[in-house]
Amino acid sequence: MIRFISQRLLAVLPTLLLSAVAVFAIIRLIPGDPAALMLGDQADPASLADLRHLLGLDLSLPTQFMRWVERALHGDLGVSIRTGEPVLPLVLDRFWVSARIVFIAVAVAAAIAIPAGMVAAWHQNGKLDIAVVSTATVLLSVPSFWLGLMLLYVFGLKLGMLPVVGYVSFSENARAALLYILLPLATLILHEVGILIRMARASTLDLLRLDYITNARAKGLSEAAILRRHVLRNSFGPTWTLIGLMLGNLLGGIAVVETVFTIPGLGRLLVDSIFGRDYPVIQGCLLFIAFVYVLINLVVDLLYPLFDPRVAEQ
Amino acid sequence: MKTIKLNATIGATVTGLVVLAALVALFWTPDDPLAIGFEDRLAAPSAAHWLGTDEFGRDVLSRLMAAASTSLRISILTVMTAVLLGTIVGVAAGYVRGWTDRILMACNDALLAFPGILLALGLLSIAGANERGIVIALGLAYAPSVARIVRGSVMSLREMDYVAASRIMGNSEFFTIRRHILPNCVGPLIVLATSMFGWAILAESALSFLGLGVPPPAPTWGNMLAASRPFIAHAIWLALFPGLCISLTLLSINLLGDALRDRLDPRMRGG
Amino acid sequence: MSSTPLLKVTNLTLRLANGESLVEGAGFSIDAGEIVGIVGESGSGKTLMARAIFSLTPPSIQRTEGSILFEGMEVTQLTPRGLRNLRGARIGMVFQEPMTSLDPSMTIGKQLDEGLALHTRLKTAQRRTRIVEMLTRVSIQDPVSALGAYPHHFSGGMRQRIMLASAMLLRPALLIADEPTTALDAIVQKDVLELMVDLTRQYKTAVFLISHDLPMIARYTDRTIVMHRGRIVEQNTTPELIRAPVEAYSRKLLDSTPHRGPVRARSKAPLIEVRNLRVDYPGRGSLFRAQAPKRALKNVDLSINRGEVVALVGGSGSGKTTLGRTIVGLIDPDGGRVFFEGLPTVRGSDGWKRYRTECQMVFQDPASSLDPRMTVGALVEEALLSMQDITRAARRERARETLHEVGLADAFADRYPHELSGGQRQRVAIARAVVRRPALIVADEPVSALDVTVRVQILELFSSLQAQYEFSCLFISHDLGVVEQIADRVVVMRDGEIVEAGERNQIFDNPAHVYTRQLLDAVPRLANGLAGVTRADLPAVS
Repeated sequence: MIRFISQRLLAVLPTLLLSAVAVFAIIRLIPGDPAALMLGDQADPASLADLRHLLGLDLSLPTQFMRWVERALHGDLGVSIRTGEPVLPLVLDRFWVSARIVFIAVAVAAAIAIPAGMVAAWHQNGKLDIAVVSTATVLLSVPSFWLGLMLLYVFGLKLGMLPVVGYVSFSENARAALLYILLPLATLILHEVGILIRMARASTLDLLRLDYITNARAKGLSEAAILRRHVLRNSFGPTWTLIGLMLGNLLGGIAVVETVFTIPGLGRLLVDSIFGRDYPVIQGCLLFIAFVYVLINLVVDLLYPLFDPRVAEQ
Repeated sequence: MKTIKLNATIGATVTGLVVLAALVALFWTPDDPLAIGFEDRLAAPSAAHWLGTDEFGRDVLSRLMAAASTSLRISILTVMTAVLLGTIVGVAAGYVRGWTDRILMACNDALLAFPGILLALGLLSIAGANERGIVIALGLAYAPSVARIVRGSVMSLREMDYVAASRIMGNSEFFTIRRHILPNCVGPLIVLATSMFGWAILAESALSFLGLGVPPPAPTWGNMLAASRPFIAHAIWLALFPGLCISLTLLSINLLGDALRDRLDPRMRGG
Repeated sequence: MSSTPLLKVTNLTLRLANGESLVEGAGFSIDAGEIVGIVGESGSGKTLMARAIFSLTPPSIQRTEGSILFEGMEVTQLTPRGLRNLRGARIGMVFQEPMTSLDPSMTIGKQLDEGLALHTRLKTAQRRTRIVEMLTRVSIQDPVSALGAYPHHFSGGMRQRIMLASAMLLRPALLIADEPTTALDAIVQKDVLELMVDLTRQYKTAVFLISHDLPMIARYTDRTIVMHRGRIVEQNTTPELIRAPVEAYSRKLLDSTPHRGPVRARSKAPLIEVRNLRVDYPGRGSLFRAQAPKRALKNVDLSINRGEVVALVGGSGSGKTTLGRTIVGLIDPDGGRVFFEGLPTVRGSDGWKRYRTECQMVFQDPASSLDPRMTVGALVEEALLSMQDITRAARRERARETLHEVGLADAFADRYPHELSGGQRQRVAIARAVVRRPALIVADEPVSALDVTVRVQILELFSSLQAQYEFSCLFISHDLGVVEQIADRVVVMRDGEIVEAGERNQIFDNPAHVYTRQLLDAVPRLANGLAGVTRADLPAVS
């Protein structure tokens, strides 16, 4: 077991390093001169040269990379070109906003989808199964930003039940905050449920033919007991992996939902900084999200033996 | 069996309709999608304009059709790019193994370490937010998934007895790959390509919605949705129809993908 | 023995949704404490019938007709709750595949506890004691720590013992054993079967033993039922059935059991020589720990003469497959050499090209040795592609001829592998190997995946081709019966080494090495096809 854990931890390091290199490369490949951007087109060559020296742009690329990594490890991700605030606190702030919504949405979606998928697979090709699969397919075909817009129209504008724009943090006013995130949550949940149901169903189907399910029946267990005791844990693995991927995906992809509901989240920050050519912030967001994603998948991997003990023995 | 046929039929029909509309739009649309007509702004669906007009008086139906062309074109190019790049990397890594495999997969995993749209966003900053940029950004973002799948296929096919038999018969490695491994990879690859096609359409719409995709006035479903937001209270048709188009297209692609997957699977296990 | 049978099946018919019957009009009975065997090939319906006894048929079986009386109860009329009370407690089952019969994510202790907790009123501590006792009884080392272990910690044989323990914990009146040892090595097979017989005798449990292996049925059962295509063809006490089978199919089955082949005159000219061969398992060390590589083959010496059939036998892990693949050139040795016609078989050397065409292979599983996307004709022609100076038409001609030789008419040339039966596919594989008239064919378990009656045909085909073209053959098999029929010489392997080698009759009649003797003991054989060891001859449990 120790070996399994240490193997996984060690495997993560090269990936983190390579991702950092990739982020660095992406930023450096963007056409345009950062110094000119900050000082304006009309600045004189001397000031530009000074600023470039200050930013370390005159050093060799590997050296720049090392400096950047060193600073990053100390928590210094630079300063936003547009607002002047330090990048890391800004990113973290926005991250909490997005993360809350994403994690709650995925948790709720999983709680609904996994039992639904399992039961659908159990009654394969029956009426229940067809209904569940059709619903899931429709749900995942609808783009989340459109779904959000439509929900906003129905519940926000026409029925006036929920606020349309804006965001209130939980620390200010919990009740109001809840109302504000209800619609974005609903949008995400509906979309993710579709994807998760299909995976849960597929992985359940895979093991229905296996002997140990028949064996459980041969011992006299009821169908419900079999589902609970034998199917749930064994079918969960692939879904669990998918959840990890999904969480990561949403950290970036939530930008569209944040746009629809005007939520000050991490996705929106990234998009705004791309528009505004705010390179330090772009860099900080990319790096941060990549790292969090790698971390999430690491946790997913480390917890996998809970569902499939065979994995830890390799 | 019935479900497979049903999926395939619905999927193929709707996709066919979309493709048809896109092709037709290349030559003809009811009105010029770019023609501004201030007299007729924000008109609800009527006989003159079946799906209404937008804030510039442009005909929504024509714009939707033109958007179909654009979206399909971008998606096809994206999928082709991703499949080409990914297959080369996947076959090299899966067949040669050893250090080639390790290095290629390390780079691959580094790219996969960026969740979905993030890499595309990053690459877009470099490539520029336009049609060509999207194809490059999305193509590169999807290629690692293709590489993984192809590598997996090649690795398991390599162990098949019929590949060993081919070598024993005296065929060269190249011949064996070409004759036995590649054709048998095609199955999972087709299923993946179908899914990717859907992802590409969705991604392009999302990027356009965010303002990072195809710039106006050229219509895509995504940027039409983005433009509809200020008017959603009074002109709901501006948001309704583009979204419906995306949803129906994605739904039909998903159904087709399902039907393909079901049909290809059992046959590959030898009946 | 009481007068009412434990189980009485009358006129049982199992139908699919479209009305087709997979089992038709079956009738038999089992008395308390009896061991009844049911033998048949694939598609005979034996497994379905066994599962129908406690209503465990797959959902594709829509209708069940007839009567199943178990302990006086009509099983077909039982409610789901009634069935659940029956299952596990009165009727237990042991499955074929030890790998997939146990839940991989649940500890052994918990799985064994399930049935007990469900059907008895024992307290937790009492249940645990019973489980530990039973695990000891089935010879699991350190039963207490086994409770917390997972199935993948145990070998196939041990898992089957655990399955037996699981079923017998509840002291059922009837145990259904569905090919319980088919997936196991010969020696392990014997141990597990004898354990099963022992245990069931102790608890007076009747056994319904399903198998395709007639000699095994003959050795361990009191009565035997023969099934073919959904119908019971014949049933009788086992000694009677073996001695005097009445029906044509029963006789066909008995004739299909391999019997010793003749001693042949052979050449002494060596064709293949293997010296000091060493093959390691592919690298298992990680970056941080250099591990001593495990040896698949340790210093193996072997020679094969022209025209002779050398059998390579051993259990799994013995290295026989690795040796075969190295000789045919699929694996590069890590030490030592293979010589063909005196020249070393090194890639790119002088003899390489000739060696490459003169050594061919037939694989075990025709499903994976034939490219599913190619037609039969194309598959055989492919072997001729590297031949010089031959036109496309000539290739087709030659391929067709060879297909005729293996008993496949022209019509087959345009069909795909998935349209053929297992036996037909193996014929194609043989045609492909033979079409170049090679000097050596390595056959890796070529008939193991086939039904018994088909097996006999393929073996005969193989023998006649070998006699006609005089190719040498390295015949790899774990099935001693098949080896006895076809081999001239026998080589016995274990753990990557050759433990004994010699003439076939010598090995079978006078084995020198302990391991060889164990192997021969483990395999039930019908000596000379008829009278042989039966259950009556087994020592009684003390």
